Amino acid sequence: MSTHTAADKDSAASANNKTISLPISRVRLIMKSSPDVSSINQDALFLTTKATELFVQFLAVSSFNNGSGKESNSLSYSDLASAAEETDTFHFLTDILPKKILAGDYLKTLEQMQDEEADN
Amino acid sequence: MAERPEDLNLPNAVITRIIKEALPDGVNVSKEARRAISQAASVFVLYATSCANNFAMKAKRKTLNAADVLAAMEEMEFERFLEPLREALEGVFVIQDRYCGEWILHG
Repeated sequence: MSTHTAADKDSAASANNKTISLPISRVRLIMKSSPDVSSINQDALFLTTKATELFVQFLAVSSFNNGSGKESNSLSYSDLASAAEETDTFHFLTDILPKKILAGDYLKTLEQMQDEEADN
Repeated sequence: MAERPEDLNLPNAVITRIIKEALPDGVNVSKEARRAISQAASVFVLYATSCANNFAMKAKRKTLNAADVLAAMEEMEFERFLEPLREALEGVFVIQDRYCGEWILHG
């Protein structure tokens, strides 16, 4: 039944594809918190849970591979924020993964904007 | 439906384990990064649910099914998940018994 190929890199982390580790009950709770959802069948619930696991793996791996922490062997928040900004499929995350900027930089930008406004 | 806001979070221990398994050995994942991924996962569930629900509504069905979720993945441009998902669905429905098993059987 197991049809693992060498090309199957993304799911390599989840050695056993048939099992899931996230709690289905919690995923169902999140799904049901969406107001227009009335009911969800068993397969849909299973698939969404599995997809969420694949998503966590994919987000972590692509943020790490494109991030700045490869040399220091670390994954930081800013790597994730960059992934959200730079990767199309992660664009829906930009609201919850905003890029951090220093307060000083922010004030400078604010000042610049005010100057520009005054010029106009 | 959720009584407390933390009910909409996924368990940190499980998320951390999935991240660790996906990354090369010895990568240090900051606490902030772990929290961010966990929140992203919750948002992913909501986004997928909303997409899948649109497909169900178009077909005038009230219950979300597997085809709706797969169509949602395509719509969200996560086609790369389709094959592993189909494979998982075909497989035996086994769930690691760390959490109580009873909810597995009830839709």
